[in-house]
Order: sequence, then C-alpha cells, then structure tokens
Amino acid sequence: MKHYLKKFYAILIYLFLYAPILILIIFSFNASKSRGNWSGFSLHWYFELLQDRQILNALYNTMMIAVLSAVIATLIGTAAAIGIHNMKKLKKKVIMNLTYLPVVNPDIVTGLSLMILFVFINLRLGFLSLLLAHITFNIPYVILSVLPKLKQLDKHLYEAALDLGATPLEAYRKVILPEIMPGVVTGMLLAFTLSLDDFVISFFTTGSGVSTLSITVYSMARRGINPKINAISTILFLTVLLLLMIVNIRMSGNHSKKER
Amino acid sequence: MRKAKILGLALLLGLAVLTFAACGQDRKPVLSVYNWGDYIDESIIAEFEKEFNIRVNYDTFSTNEDMYVKVKSGGGSYDLLFPSDYTIERMRKEGMLHKLDFNNIPNYQYIEEQFKNLDYDPQNEYSVPYMWGTVGIVYNKKMVTKPVTSWRILWDEDYAKQILMLDSQRDSIGITLKMLGYSMNTRNLQELAAAKEALIKQKPLVLAYVGDDVKDKMIAGEAALAVVWSGDAVYMMRENPDLAFAIPEEGSNLWFDAMVIPNTSKHKTEAEKFINFLCRTEIAYKNTDYIGYSTPHREAKKLLEPELLNEPAAYPSAEQLANCEIFLDLGDFLKEYDRIWTEVKAI
Amino acid sequence: MKNKWLTYPYLVWMLIFIFIPLLLVLFFSLTVRTPEGLAFSFENFQRFFEPIYLRVLLRSVYLALISTIICLVLGYPMAMILAGNNFKRKNVMVFLFVVPMWMNFLLRTYAWMTLLERQGLLNTFLSFLGLPPLNLLYTQEAVVLGMVYNFLPFMVLPIYSVLSKIDRQLIEAAADLGADQVTIFRRVIFPLSLPGVMSGITMVFMPAVTTFVISRLLGGGQFTLIGNLIEQQFLFVGDWHFGSAISMVMMVIILLSIGVLSRYDKEHEGGGLW
Repeated sequence: MKHYLKKFYAILIYLFLYAPILILIIFSFNASKSRGNWSGFSLHWYFELLQDRQILNALYNTMMIAVLSAVIATLIGTAAAIGIHNMKKLKKKVIMNLTYLPVVNPDIVTGLSLMILFVFINLRLGFLSLLLAHITFNIPYVILSVLPKLKQLDKHLYEAALDLGATPLEAYRKVILPEIMPGVVTGMLLAFTLSLDDFVISFFTTGSGVSTLSITVYSMARRGINPKINAISTILFLTVLLLLMIVNIRMSGNHSKKER
Repeated sequence: MRKAKILGLALLLGLAVLTFAACGQDRKPVLSVYNWGDYIDESIIAEFEKEFNIRVNYDTFSTNEDMYVKVKSGGGSYDLLFPSDYTIERMRKEGMLHKLDFNNIPNYQYIEEQFKNLDYDPQNEYSVPYMWGTVGIVYNKKMVTKPVTSWRILWDEDYAKQILMLDSQRDSIGITLKMLGYSMNTRNLQELAAAKEALIKQKPLVLAYVGDDVKDKMIAGEAALAVVWSGDAVYMMRENPDLAFAIPEEGSNLWFDAMVIPNTSKHKTEAEKFINFLCRTEIAYKNTDYIGYSTPHREAKKLLEPELLNEPAAYPSAEQLANCEIFLDLGDFLKEYDRIWTEVKAI
Repeated sequence: MKNKWLTYPYLVWMLIFIFIPLLLVLFFSLTVRTPEGLAFSFENFQRFFEPIYLRVLLRSVYLALISTIICLVLGYPMAMILAGNNFKRKNVMVFLFVVPMWMNFLLRTYAWMTLLERQGLLNTFLSFLGLPPLNLLYTQEAVVLGMVYNFLPFMVLPIYSVLSKIDRQLIEAAADLGADQVTIFRRVIFPLSLPGVMSGITMVFMPAVTTFVISRLLGGGQFTLIGNLIEQQFLFVGDWHFGSAISMVMMVIILLSIGVLSRYDKEHEGGGLW
C-alpha cells in the first residue's frame, strides 16, 4: 500500500516535470499555428527552422562559443587547478573562495558587471565579448571538476617521475595529466553544456546582431507563441538528453573504477 | 582505450572548430542593421545581400529607449538604425549621427515632400523617412460592445484583465496625458503626476504590458483591447477580421520612423546603399504591403491596393491627424518620464 | 612542486573579468551623473530605499520564498522516495530528474506560456469540460508556478544526495532502540539531511529571487521583480548608477544568505552538482 502511494507520488512529480516538455514536443509536429488544437502531423516547423537565417546564425554562434569557451576554460582551469592543489592551506582557501564567487554570484550581476567592463574598455559588444564572458563563468566549473581528481592522486607520483629522470614537463604530460584526465574531460563537457545553457550572461554581454540560440528564443517568445520555438525545443531536448547520457555513462564508469 | 576515446573527442572538437571557422569565413562587408521587431519583409534583406554582395547582420529592438541605450552605451556598433522622430532629434542633438550623402540615395526623390524637413531633422541632413503612423486602440468587436472613442475605455472596469498596454514609456504616458487633456510633451510636473496616478489606477485592469507580442495576443483573441501602433493594427485586422482600430477623439501621437546612420558606423556607404535599396519603388511597395505600415514613398503608395489606401488605420483622415501630436525630444527632462514609468511598473 | 605560475593565467583572468567588473559596479552605484561629470553620492542607495522600490524587493523575496517552500514541500518526499531502495531503476529515475535541469529554462518557461494562455491547452481542456476559462497567464501564481517548475530539481537533488549517504545502520539502530518511524524521521533522518535541505534552499531561492525572465514571460510585465528593475535600468532607461546600486544590494543579500546557509553545509556535501 505504502509502496503504491510512493509510486503514485513519484509519477505525479514526473508528470509535472515532463508533461509541459512533452506537450511542447508534440505540438512541434502540429500542422497549424493554432495553440490549443491538433490539426494533423507535419514537419512544417522544422523546415521553417532550417530556412530561418536568424536561427541558423544563432546556432552557429552558440556552438562556436560553447566549443571555444569550453576548450579555453579547460586549459586555464586545469592549469589553475594543478597550481591551486599544490598551494599552502591559507592561500588555497583564499583562492577557492574567489573561485566560488562567480559560481554563487547571481548571473544577472555577473552579466551586467561584464557588460560594464566591456563598455568601459571600449570593447565592441559582440562575438568576442560573448566568448570572454563564457570563458569567465566556465573556468570555475573546470577547476571544481579537476580538483577532486588531483586529491585522489598519489602525492609521490610526480616526484617518482622526476626521480626516474623525467623533466617536470614530461612528468606532467605523461604522469599527472593521464591520471586527472577524467576530471578534465568532465569539466570540459560541463563547461560546454553550461555555455549552451546560458541565457542571462549572454543577454547582457552581446550586441550588434550576434545572438545565441537562447537569446533568439527569448526574443521570439517575447513576440508571442511560435511553433518554431517548439521545434527548437525538441531538437535541444534531444541534444541535452544525449549529452547527459554521455556524461552520465562516463561518470559511472569512473565510479566503478574508483570502487575497484 | 580511454586515450583513443579522448583523442576521438579532441578530433571531433577540432573538426567542429574547423568547419565552423570555414563557415564564418566570407570576406564580404557586413552591414549591421538595428530595426524594430517585425518591421521589414525579411526576403528584402536576402535580395539586397544577393544583389550587392553584402552580408546583413539583422538585429531588432522593441522600443526607442531600448535602442538608444544600446547604441549610446557603445553596446555593439550598428550601421543603420530605424528610430522615431523624437529619438532622431535626441541623437542628432547629441552628435550621434552621420550626415547622409544624398548622392548615394537617388531614390530619395520618391519621398513625398510633406515628410521632408520635419522638426526632428529640419534641414533633412541625417534621415530618410521609412514609415509613419499613429497610435490607437485595436479592439475585438466580439468582446467590446461599448463604442471605442476615448482612451478612457482602457480604464473601464468592465474590461478588467482584458487590456494590453504598450511597454513603452513615451507611448503609455503619452496617451494618458492625452486622455487627461494635456500635451504628450508636457514638462509640467503636476500634469505628469496626474498621469502617473492614472496609470497606477489602471494597473489592476491591465492584463499585461507587452511589446511585439501584442499582435500574436490580439489575433489569437487573448485580450479585448490593446494600445498599438497603426501599422500593427492593419496587420492584425488582416489576420483576424473581428478586430477593429480607432484613434480616440482626445487625439493621439503622429510618428515618423526614419533611417539614420550612427557615427560609430564603419560601413556608411553600404548603409546608404541599403537605404537607397529600401526606397526603390518596387521594394518599398513590397515592404509596405507586407508590414502594413503607412509609407512616405509617393510611387509605392500609388501601387497599393485601394483597400489599404482607404483603410483609416493606415491612412487616417486629415481631420484625425489634426488632433495628433508629434513627440518632441525632452532633453534632460526625460528623466522624469523614466522615473514615472519605472515607478508605475514597480508598484 | 614549483608550479605556482600555473595559476597565474587564472588569477589574471579572474582579476580582469570578475574582480574589476564588480569594482566598476560598486563605483557606478556610488556615483551620480551631474552636469559637471560624475560625483560621489549615496543618492542611488537612498532612492532604492524609497517605499516603492522596497516593495519590489519585498515582492521578489516573498515570491522566491513561496516558491522555495513549495519546492521543499514537494521535493523532500520525492528525494526520500528516490533515496529509498524501493525501485529497480533508481539510476534512471535520478537521471530523469537531471534532464529537465539541463533543459534551457527559457524553453521550460515558454512551455508554460503555451499551456496557461486563454486559448492555451489548459483552458481548452476546461472548456471541453464545460467550465468557464480562467485567467491563468500573467498572474502572480503563474510566476510562482514558473519558479517551482524551473527549480524543483535543484531542491530534490541535493536532498537526495545527502539522504542516500545516510548510514542504514543508524536507522536500524534507532529502530532497535524502539523508535517508531515518525521518531526516526524526526530525530535521525531529518537532522542528518539538513545540509542537503540548506543547499537545496540556496539553489532554489537564489535564482528565484534574481530572475527577470520568468516574471517577464509569465507575469507580463505586471509583477516587477528586482531582476526586472535591474534589467530595466540597464537596458531601457540607461541609468547605470541606479541599476548598479540595486545590483549591489541584491548581491549583498544573496552572499549573506549563502554565508548563513552554508554554515550548515561545511563540507559542501550537499552540493551534489559536481
């Protein structure tokens, strides 16, 4: 009896979470623009989507920025994590608190403070400013994914490598890096996904016609109901689902290895 | 094994960067256009790109204030803007605009004389008129039974939660001032205080403060009454025959949107080419026909269907226009309007 | 290991893109534009503490608080169900909670726009049942619903991750000592889950109190929240000084509340997000 109650409750919550998304997806295949009625299956809105230059442009920007910001943030973040790991306790604490600042600071404040900076230094708001902003909010997440892996690392591994005649660079490349690689890749995927997902910070730091998908969706949503948004939602939902499955499989793989 | 996977991922990422870089690499000049939302037939942009081999970066705004702040703060450098009269005046006074080279815009000859040398650009050096219109009320005849002759109907409790207001401070404060019998350009603090009070009193009756979504909402029958720009009304009535448009008898706002080039632009010649292109008769006709606004283009107007020409929403009578006021730039006094609108929205 | 230089690019980056921007916000919040240029002043803060803007602050906190409470009430039992070993595909169930979290919140909000409209699906359904249509969109309730919908997973996951770490033996021991289910929950499970609850509260409250999108799309510009006020000052009015002052106030409130809440969560064990 109690078991069924639990099951019932869980189903209700999942229904609440998924019903709106599913309805969105179903209506992306609706032939007409009408919002409450189903008038036949059609891929019309997907074709419209493919012909919409604004959306294709936005998609290009979104992917470009996600890839570039993830890669750059991973480079800076991984290096930083190694450095931080080897710091003395007090210094580490100060820097870690600094790292948490952009994580806990409201997005809107991060976004507009960056906008002020870019305008102040006369950087034209557009692709570059967007990229810099994304790298900025991505770095902390990379650090936070790499640090735990460094903690698991055997302290003497690096010294052993040096003793065996490796140069410091070689020791990093051949010994340390492979060990922390899972954390690095997770960090990069996380950064990539966060960049895809961001709206608020992008909204404040973009300009002159450069927009990402989420900005385009916002401006479309502000113009009213548009089935094209449903089509975008469907595609994005499936992409996110796929990405998360990959990350999840990776993470569970790491887990089982650790437990062995 | 894992190394291979990572390598694969890295390869994929590299490949993505390469393809994207390849896509992004065309050396065409890029023209950044900043226009109102839904204010052009987008196929015209494609035609222009094809004919002149210029890439157009098209971006939209929803109010003059929104556009002004973005351009003023240096957020993005645009090459062509479509502001309204009072904002052009403000930008001109603040030295934000390039003087146009009319030798590059021969099609300017088609613009009717009555739209040249208006107060916002007295010598006509900075702007080329794009569209003009009025502000009025669009209403759903099935939901509104009372006659729509006064702005006061927007304060009528019978239509509580069925009224859409424009989320644009000059327009919303302006019509309230008109309703109270004052000028839309008032600098009288008492009159403004009265307008503020009226707007606050109206707030519980308002369903939403909207921008471009007003069209979608009214066409779908989501609300009974909405304050709109005339051209949008033409579009809405085309889509939903239950809708009608009225310019209240207290008078309204007569506005002109024109094309200007901000002085931060590095593509002035290309921008002038675009202006000239938009003033080409068949393009101007196509555009006017599509968006439903009133054109200042003499030849394009001749091509329009009589149905549209006789539509009072698009081409109101002289009598109706006599009652209308044009917005003026208020200079520093604008702060008071900013403040009132912020407070009305905040309460 | 002498590799401090590895952190330098990061530190320089953070200095330029986090620290200096925040200083600029502080600078703008403490100045006003006068005909002679910028002048130091507390005017912006004074203006914020006028009743009209305090009401906006109160409204934001109030709506965010309500949403947080609803998320907690709905989410805690769900977290317990997930943490219990009653279901076969537990991993899949947890995964299903993560997915909507990563779906862009604009789309999640937009989904409700289409449902709540007068011609939307819910009202179509009502009229199908012969009921009169309701005004659902552009109400305070719609804004709260949007917040709850968007942030519920942020409440469930941290609580779940703490609950699933609780040592089973502790519960068995309590049962052996004669505690009934309610007592076990009250004296053992709930106190142990507090860190998760705290971080859940932070993760829901924070984005809820700062949002400007949900109130804009589901509230129709009727219910100005503090985020809308900031957006308006920066993007429509162009008064960066007042906008910065509001941002400073908001930032201080957020950081203080996080500071207070994280006292319960010293080891960041409630995080569960990475």
